[in-house]
Amino acid sequence: MNDDKRHIVSLLVENEFGSLSRIAGLFSARGYNIHSLSVAPTSDDSISRMTLVTFCTDAKASQLMKQLDKLVDVINVKDLTGETHIEREMLLLKVKSTPKQRDELKRLTDIFRARIIDVTDTTYTIELTGPTEKILAFIDSLGKIKIIEQVRSGALGISRGSESLEIKK
Amino acid sequence: MKLSGSEIIIESLKKEGVDYIFGYPGGAVLHIYDALFAAKDIKHVLVRHEQGATHAADGYARACNKPGVVLVTSGPGITNCVTGIATAHMDSIPMIVISGQVSRQYVGSDAFQEADATGITRPICKHNFLINDRESIADTFRKAFIIATTGRPGPVIIDIPKDLTDPNVKIAFEYKKNIKIRSYKVKTNEDENKIEDAAKLLCLAKKPMIYTGGGVILSKASKELIKLTRLLKYPITNTLMGLGAYPSSDDQFLGMLGMHGTYEANMAMHDCDVLLAVGARFDDRVTGDTKQFCPKAKIIHIDIDPSSISKIIEVDHSLIGDTKSILKKLTSFVAKHKRNINNHELEKWWKKIKSWQRKNCLSYKKSKDVIKPQSVIETLHKLSKGKAFVTSDVGQHQMWVAQYYKFDKPNRWINSGGLGTMGFGLPAAIGAQLAYPKEEVICVTGEASILMCIQELSTCLQYGLPIKVINLNNRYMGMVRQWQEFFYEGRYAMSYMDAIPNFAKLAESFGHIGMVIDKPENLEKDLKSALSQKNRLVFVDVITDQTENVYPMIVSGKGHHEMHLAPSANEDIELA
Repeated sequence: MNDDKRHIVSLLVENEFGSLSRIAGLFSARGYNIHSLSVAPTSDDSISRMTLVTFCTDAKASQLMKQLDKLVDVINVKDLTGETHIEREMLLLKVKSTPKQRDELKRLTDIFRARIIDVTDTTYTIELTGPTEKILAFIDSLGKIKIIEQVRSGALGISRGSESLEIKK
Repeated sequence: MKLSGSEIIIESLKKEGVDYIFGYPGGAVLHIYDALFAAKDIKHVLVRHEQGATHAADGYARACNKPGVVLVTSGPGITNCVTGIATAHMDSIPMIVISGQVSRQYVGSDAFQEADATGITRPICKHNFLINDRESIADTFRKAFIIATTGRPGPVIIDIPKDLTDPNVKIAFEYKKNIKIRSYKVKTNEDENKIEDAAKLLCLAKKPMIYTGGGVILSKASKELIKLTRLLKYPITNTLMGLGAYPSSDDQFLGMLGMHGTYEANMAMHDCDVLLAVGARFDDRVTGDTKQFCPKAKIIHIDIDPSSISKIIEVDHSLIGDTKSILKKLTSFVAKHKRNINNHELEKWWKKIKSWQRKNCLSYKKSKDVIKPQSVIETLHKLSKGKAFVTSDVGQHQMWVAQYYKFDKPNRWINSGGLGTMGFGLPAAIGAQLAYPKEEVICVTGEASILMCIQELSTCLQYGLPIKVINLNNRYMGMVRQWQEFFYEGRYAMSYMDAIPNFAKLAESFGHIGMVIDKPENLEKDLKSALSQKNRLVFVDVITDQTENVYPMIVSGKGHHEMHLAPSANEDIELA
């Protein structure tokens, strides 16, 4: 029954006050969910780049693209889902590290090519970058190690090859 | 030329050809009002409530296809506009709303009369701006007018902090007509091959149907629509918003479609094999059950808004762009492929449609004792020769106007179709009357709706507007009562108004002529005398049948072929 699929959407928007709430508002007004959203200025600081992940049917996604495109502040929008693209997400994780767990944590960090970026006598803070599946796999692998704090950036996406999201308007 | 922020606003409006501003002064816009006081070319219409300003600007825009302009203060000034902005937005009406904001140093401090205007209006407008510096005022106004009037039109709000309108700070003024908005482009796809394909498909239809909406009126494409429809000789129906785009008196016109549409229009929708949808958005009041909507038809959809395509109903063929220009091209391609039309099949189709028409679905029981609301509209149509601008509020009376006032021209029928805003009619009539001072403007309303913006009777007196208010007074919120009769076993929960004012006296106290008609035999004579008052507003309180319902009716969620007909309709007509 549920045909919802993960869609990852790239947007170029005017870096103006209100742009973000216009986009967030569209999602709530039209009954879409935002799974993750990341926003930052581009090399042209009048333009922000957003990557947004949502779960919906293909038909709803196509309607969503049109609705996003209709917003005056949106310069360009693209659903990356259907094409080859690269995704990365960053995780910052603060975990409890008892003396017994330290070796295990170090080993896991190496296996996942994560980095320990802060240490106290009772905690480790770990940084990991990768596709969302890798982030989830790492968190899973921690088993009984207690997570104190978990911070994720949400996915960032970019097309593979020479394709790019243009300022076409 | 060096101007203050306030003067820049006024000059920008002049450059845009604005002749009327509908507004209400207050603290945050007093500098602007002071500049407006000195301006000669722009007339200000002082309403009695900001909601009235938005509806009046909206009615003006609908009547003459120019953007309506509103000027209000911060806080309650703009929050009172919310309903009017949403009304315009739902029906894609171009409007500019200028709201004052507290001075920049107070923004965010919960200052007196501070409200987050752009935050509140964001989901109910096409776009909005909060101006941050004096230098961008002129450009923002130009952008606002471009956005409001191009593509699919809509309301645009400009929020401007008071300090930016300070008369003592002057800067250079230049109004750049050709301004680029990087992130705004009206998308079109008027590929000739696609249009020709659509023409071929249309000409191959055996049971064609044309369904058109408000988009035809907004793009002033009535003439083009008539030309195409007459060339094809196909049946046509209009939505509530599209009435008047095709002359109702024409033989090819099947009446309105949808929930209270005619039997023939809805049955033809259900049975057609090719549907041409023009400037219409497949609203739920039109489609009924989407799973049963035009089940046998290939659908061609012409619209300016790409997001309207396949939003509700998956279409086979979409043409995105200005309705007027696409219709023109489509007509020339139809002329080329016209020989493919199967006249024999078309004749059979018309025969079937004529059999549906014999149901006479808009017939109603006449009465000598009580005034039938339908007869009021028919009499109005007769007396005004079908030429009046008619505004309405929302409910039964609105549907009766749509059904019985046979509009032959676009822009004459002004109602809140999308949002369904009670209180719209009277202020909208103000806008229409100002746009066309010499034309007859009639506001058909009900005793519940009219009370939602009755204060605007005072505005009408101030500007000498000879509007005719026809109040269909059935002492019920009629449409609510009808639904309660049909779906709640006649439990009329709170739909009766226990304390209805004496409307005639109320109108008189506002300085107008008040009149009551309560006998069928007086209807025509008294309406005639009301309409003959060329310089005065006449409020006609017509006491109508309390039990009358709007028929036909498709219950929500049912298909077009599952209509309820009036008890008086010809049930026994043999269907071909």
